[in-house]
Amino acid sequence: MRDTKGFKAYRAVVLTVLGLFVLVPLYVMVTSSLKPLSDVQGAFTWWPSHITLDPFVDMWKTVPLARYFVNSTIVSVVATVCSVAIAILAAFAVSRFRFRGRSVFTTTVLSTQMFPGVLFLLPLFLIFVNINNSIGVQLVGTRLGLIITYLTFSLPFSIWMLAGYFDSIPRELDEAALVDGCGPMGALARVVLPAARPGVIAVAIYSFMTAWGEVLFASVMTTESNRTLSVGLRQYSTQTNVYWNQIMAAALVVSIPVVIGFLLAQRHFVAGVTAGAVK
Amino acid sequence: MRLRSFVAAAAVTALGLSLAACGGSDSGDSSGGGSGGDQTLTYWASNQGTSLDNDKEVLTPVLQKFTADTGIKVNLEVIGWNDLQTRIQTATTSGQGPDVLNIGNTWAASLQATGAFLPFDNDAMTAIGGKDKFVPTALATGGKEGEDPTSVPLYGLAYGLYYNKAMFAAAGLQPPKTWEEMVTAAQKLTDPAKKTWGMALAAGSYTENVHFAFINGAQNGADWFDKDGKPTFTSDGNVQGVLRYLDLMQKDKVANPSNAQYDNGTKSVNDFATKKVAMVINQNNADSSIVANGMKAGEYGVVPFPAPQGSPNQTASHVAGINLSVFKNTKHKDAALKFVKYMTDATTQTTLGKPFSSLPVLKDAKPVFTTDAAEAATFQDVYNTKSKPLPLVPAEDQFESTVGKAMNGLFAKIATGGKVSADDVKAALQTAQDQVAAGS
Amino acid sequence: MAVVTDEAPAATATKPSRRGLDRRPGLSRKLPYLLLAPAVVLELLIHIVPMLVGIWMSFVKLTKFFIANWSAAPWAGFNNYRVAVDFHNAVGEGLLKSFGVTVAFSLITLAISWILGMAAAVALQPPFKGRSAVRTLFLVPYALPAYAGILTWNFMLQRDTGAVNHILVENLGLTSDRPFWLIGGNALASLITVAVWKLWPFAFLTLMAGLQSIPRDVYEAAAVDGAGSIRQWRNITLPALRPVNLVLVLVLFLWTFSDFNTPYVLFGNAQPPAGDLITFHIYNASFLTWNFGSGAAMSVLLLIFLMIVTGAYLIVTGRRSRRA
Repeated sequence: MRDTKGFKAYRAVVLTVLGLFVLVPLYVMVTSSLKPLSDVQGAFTWWPSHITLDPFVDMWKTVPLARYFVNSTIVSVVATVCSVAIAILAAFAVSRFRFRGRSVFTTTVLSTQMFPGVLFLLPLFLIFVNINNSIGVQLVGTRLGLIITYLTFSLPFSIWMLAGYFDSIPRELDEAALVDGCGPMGALARVVLPAARPGVIAVAIYSFMTAWGEVLFASVMTTESNRTLSVGLRQYSTQTNVYWNQIMAAALVVSIPVVIGFLLAQRHFVAGVTAGAVK
Repeated sequence: MRLRSFVAAAAVTALGLSLAACGGSDSGDSSGGGSGGDQTLTYWASNQGTSLDNDKEVLTPVLQKFTADTGIKVNLEVIGWNDLQTRIQTATTSGQGPDVLNIGNTWAASLQATGAFLPFDNDAMTAIGGKDKFVPTALATGGKEGEDPTSVPLYGLAYGLYYNKAMFAAAGLQPPKTWEEMVTAAQKLTDPAKKTWGMALAAGSYTENVHFAFINGAQNGADWFDKDGKPTFTSDGNVQGVLRYLDLMQKDKVANPSNAQYDNGTKSVNDFATKKVAMVINQNNADSSIVANGMKAGEYGVVPFPAPQGSPNQTASHVAGINLSVFKNTKHKDAALKFVKYMTDATTQTTLGKPFSSLPVLKDAKPVFTTDAAEAATFQDVYNTKSKPLPLVPAEDQFESTVGKAMNGLFAKIATGGKVSADDVKAALQTAQDQVAAGS
Repeated sequence: MAVVTDEAPAATATKPSRRGLDRRPGLSRKLPYLLLAPAVVLELLIHIVPMLVGIWMSFVKLTKFFIANWSAAPWAGFNNYRVAVDFHNAVGEGLLKSFGVTVAFSLITLAISWILGMAAAVALQPPFKGRSAVRTLFLVPYALPAYAGILTWNFMLQRDTGAVNHILVENLGLTSDRPFWLIGGNALASLITVAVWKLWPFAFLTLMAGLQSIPRDVYEAAAVDGAGSIRQWRNITLPALRPVNLVLVLVLFLWTFSDFNTPYVLFGNAQPPAGDLITFHIYNASFLTWNFGSGAAMSVLLLIFLMIVTGAYLIVTGRRSRRA
């Protein structure tokens, strides 16, 4: 329809400019990770003086990257699973029931999205300390503390997104399930969830990315034993050197799982993100 | 069907939580054994070696010997400088700290003010071997004057002016004894066209910058705080001292403007080690970096960081280094003191002096960090007789961040083509001073 | 991650639990509350209660003298606020400058991200060969963990060894003097560039999804009426995207205004005044000087500002809290 000459020219310009904007940093990241240390310390070159895989080998030794990887994986996966499960329940309640306090809940939860992290960083830390002192659950410096924190970060957005998704599923389907002898939970499990599958996937991706990339709380709440990748990568600049090639190699490796996961499921993400808005 | 994935999710969650709990159990819970032989201390060490791993390798046998001698186990965690201050803060806030820890000695008075650290009163001092064993200026960094210190010196460090012997010989230069000689030599060795510079400065590092603000101020006979602990940043001596240091880049043009981006001392030391610059002013632990980056011992010499000719004060360094503190709420006070005694005894000091390139904090000890006798003598002389502690006031940390960052800003202005006058320096220091006043 | 759990079959023990839930009488009235309970508990624990504690902190003198025993910190009244908004003193002036930088950063980043996102979404609207590959490529910066992308930019923006100056000076010869990007006045431009790089794909993604809901025949009808591409965009695309845009602009604003990662990872300990975003400023005010009361007061002011802006935005756009 709009395959006019003008539009084609416009498209070519836009794709070239944006393509370069996106690609150049990615290119630098990949080529730098294949450079010997002397290359990245000197003036920039577009191509390594010789290609080496050493940064990918050395990066595990310079910094205990494997441990940070395990920490980030456990924290992000568990936070995602919990967050999605909790968001599904809450969104189901919001979408399918009329009850007192419903609008208070939705407004409050959404407005927490607005809280600047620095406002509740130290208070949350103090609360965790008090929980530890009173009931003995160690939350500071453990993965558990990070999991609980991160899962709430994506919760407001997840609830909102899923509730929008659930709203778009006809209620007649629930009723059919009820007639079949299911309870409300059965209707959720048998009817609503399967229909909302793309939304659930989108929410899961969002939660995972939030946890995997979080920096502020990780900078205060982690110790050596539960340090995540987001703060661990800083340790490549040591007392003796800044290992840029290893930083790039490590950045590449920690990015790959998320990027692939996101790109595979991007279709669902598109549908999920806009579920609340496009109707 | 869906419920299955819920169950799976729950299983994964439970698994994750139990893993998380495992993760928690090794995170330095100091409430280990009660009595006698199976006490465990938690010890936070700062990063002194070439990497966190390197520190661990160096310290482990030393700690094992302590365990063999006393039966007290030590649970070690090495913490990088990027994280150390935050970790100490959270430990102070939560009361969940280690038993013993390293601190940058300049933080001593600030940390003392929190009341979270054990004062070394007479008994405690006796338990670690008496205060007379320490170099007096080093011990003075332990806390506010007139109060029991809350930290004792562990590793001594001092600034020195490193110079490249070959470059100096080629230009027919002698190692500088005064500021003016240093600038002249640096100008002679600077050739921007060939990308060689007289000096490298860590001009984007607020912690390095503040040290030079302090030292240059001290050479002018100025103080940064008066007797009542009130800031006196804008005194003439301080303004001129700061400007003198800035002028290395601005007026004398002996430092590459790119140095304004050097946000830690490592980068300037690297330039020196790779022979891009002829001089660098750094603490003596630069030795390990210099060697690690390819320069051999003997290729460089060290002289005290010089003061201007006729200067009333020959201060060449602040009393730099690492101190050792004990958390007040430790459940193992006696064991902790034994550990402090062990870490500061002559044998341990000698063992650790070399790998960590540190100066001994004990009166009669000889430096072992270098085989170059002249270098060792220079640094020890600076440390013992030409150094002055940074202000021993609770607001010291604010002094570091506000003045240091003010200097970052001034260097940035110079590097990007701006002009910085004495009035600009004064205005920047006034802002820093107001911030400190508002914060206390 | 739902995909992963799907693949892990848990064969047994599903049916009894379901039947148990179904058959309990009187549950249906309590059910919504039970469903909400986990979310409510966590929101209280991680967001609401800490926020209240944060507000309390803003009224006490929580300095290093009291941090070890913070329950004994003396009451400061509105003193922390007074210092923060006294623009004639150094602390207030610093906060005001940081606020100004943040407003500029936020609006410019928002505008550029939206424009780039829109440009790309429109360009990709009609199908062509390779469209999905291009779309995938464009999404990579958003999918990349924030710190990985920002670290790469930090490397590229170095003055002597960075790719940006190499392109500008050696490859294009635009300037002979190598500019600084991470200190001085250019720092804001760098910050915006990096933030846009990470964020514009989100705008692109959202707008693209919105475009899919516009039926093709609307354009065809317009084309028959003689409307050109630009008029089609103005008369069809833009109005149809209104609901998407309303949400998108708000989300982008809230994200950019309280962006912490970009300045923190890009500048480290050496943040230049031109890149002093407000959350980073507050973080430093709290942690570098140990004055958590003052930091909390600044945070509360920031929260109030965001609430006012968001509220006004929702009222003006007439959407209020219809959501969910």
